[in-house]
Amino acid sequence: MAQQVFKRPESLKDNVFHYCPGCGHSIIHRLLAEVIDELGIREKTVGVPPAGCAVLAYNYLDVDMGEAPHGRAIAVATGIKRCRPDLVVFTYQGDGDLAAIGTAETVHAANRGECLTVIFVNNGVYGMTGGQMAPTTLPGQKTTTTPGGRMALRDGHPLDLSRMLALAAGSVYIERTAVTSPKHIIKTKKAIRKAFKVQMDGQGFALVEILSACPTNWKETPIEACKRVEQVVATQYPLGILKDATHEPTADNP
Amino acid sequence: MNKQLMRGSHVIAEAATRAGCRFYAGYPITPQNELPEYMSARFADLPDATFIQAESELAAINMVMGASMTGVRAMTSSSSPGISLKQEGISYMAGMELPAVVANIMRGGPGLGNIAPTQQDYFQATRGGGHGGYRTIVLAPCSGQELVTLTMKAFDLADTYRMPVILLGDGLMGQMMEPVSFPDPIDPADLPKKEWVLSGARGRDSRLIASLQLDPVKMEERNWKLVRKYDTISQHETDFESYLLDDAQLVIVAFGTAARIAKGAVNRVRGEGLPAGLFRPITLWPFPANPLRSLAASIKQILVFEMNTGQMIEDVKMSVGDISPVHFHGRPGGVIPTPVEVAEVITGLMR
Repeated sequence: MAQQVFKRPESLKDNVFHYCPGCGHSIIHRLLAEVIDELGIREKTVGVPPAGCAVLAYNYLDVDMGEAPHGRAIAVATGIKRCRPDLVVFTYQGDGDLAAIGTAETVHAANRGECLTVIFVNNGVYGMTGGQMAPTTLPGQKTTTTPGGRMALRDGHPLDLSRMLALAAGSVYIERTAVTSPKHIIKTKKAIRKAFKVQMDGQGFALVEILSACPTNWKETPIEACKRVEQVVATQYPLGILKDATHEPTADNP
Repeated sequence: MNKQLMRGSHVIAEAATRAGCRFYAGYPITPQNELPEYMSARFADLPDATFIQAESELAAINMVMGASMTGVRAMTSSSSPGISLKQEGISYMAGMELPAVVANIMRGGPGLGNIAPTQQDYFQATRGGGHGGYRTIVLAPCSGQELVTLTMKAFDLADTYRMPVILLGDGLMGQMMEPVSFPDPIDPADLPKKEWVLSGARGRDSRLIASLQLDPVKMEERNWKLVRKYDTISQHETDFESYLLDDAQLVIVAFGTAARIAKGAVNRVRGEGLPAGLFRPITLWPFPANPLRSLAASIKQILVFEMNTGQMIEDVKMSVGDISPVHFHGRPGGVIPTPVEVAEVITGLMR
């Protein structure tokens, strides 16, 4: 008899992703769903999606979800988690959402050590609005609002918010990964899983920054775009653990 | 019942707690800082309550939004410039049909203005305040005791109609001390269960609370659905106070602090034999248009008195049309007029 070795996670709805070919969102959604399934927390998880391409994340993730205004996902999640500490609460945010309009909410939630899991998808552009410059856009990168390429002294330097968040006393675990190859996807899943575990153990603020491609707005093929993430974007935003202050839970210090 | 002397901001905070509010997020701004201060101490003794001093008014209202999604009674408070910042969240909560109570202890404006009491945010409060064409219920207390009743009522209305309710006070209401008594506290566990909250999809389908609707036809229907709700509220929830209206020839229309000053003015001119009365809207939205229109038929003139340059007067004029002449006296900028000043205006109109 045939054995089923691969199936749709229970936490993922049977809907066709609307994302562009080569976009990382669909991979990351699936990883999230797999992790939620494996941790057995689907029935106590609440997600907060961002404004942007992933605003429709609730069409795919089969968990309770509450919308947030652009940039405010972590503040909304804070309200949910503080009222229901027994729930597992995550936000799903892009670079414009988290590192531009939501900078204050992000920094202060990390500083307070809010017990949340933040999935931060960095593709270096505002995808849904048509490819404008993001805080994470690389120097020289052409976008619809930097047609001649980003000039640091005019348009600002690429902002590495994750590194800043690692300095916040309340952040516990911050890792940067990518979803450009099977190897990186496996690493990303491990990081997402850990970011949920940190919350479930009540340790504090956990964030996974995932470098993701936007072939449509980068005007590249998916393969070229993935190569660019690994060879160019990852030199500006190096992959790896930026902070790990987790501890094994003990009776005194759970 | 036991009376105690309390500052208005503290009264709101205590009344909210007794109404079962268990989440407060706010950001300091004068003249309402005593409200979050009181809340921080009061909630420290309640194991199921959360107080957060947020990094901004934006963060605070969005934290309230998240708290409300879990079904907890939640509130924030601020003063005029801070309320402008909260409009983003208020619009979203109107769209998502989330209950919350927002207290605005109004100060002078526009811009940074000053910290003196005004009623300059009437338009902002009664017209929705943010984007997208929605309404919020607006309650205008005029005494310490009414701060108790209206704060508690605000939470009931917010839950009943699933929408933000604005408690519209001013610097004077927030700072003034008056004797008040409180009803027994409500245990949040005794409140009606909310069937729409985010609580984890255990034994049921997953839920979504969102204002996004990309299909214009469905969005149109959602807009009309909100209108139907607003119509129901307009029919059932208008509230006002009548004072010496039976034989009145001039009726002064005023709310909040201005109404207290107006009441003093009415008493003064009554002493001189002039039959003036006071019509005080308690709900600013929905505005008590029908009772005011009925009243207008039996009187000679209306004087609208506001601590602004003329905002509620538009609702008064829409209510009474050509039935009665409508005059205006206003003092913006944080000037608190005396009953003598207002009495002189009434006398000038009646003699």
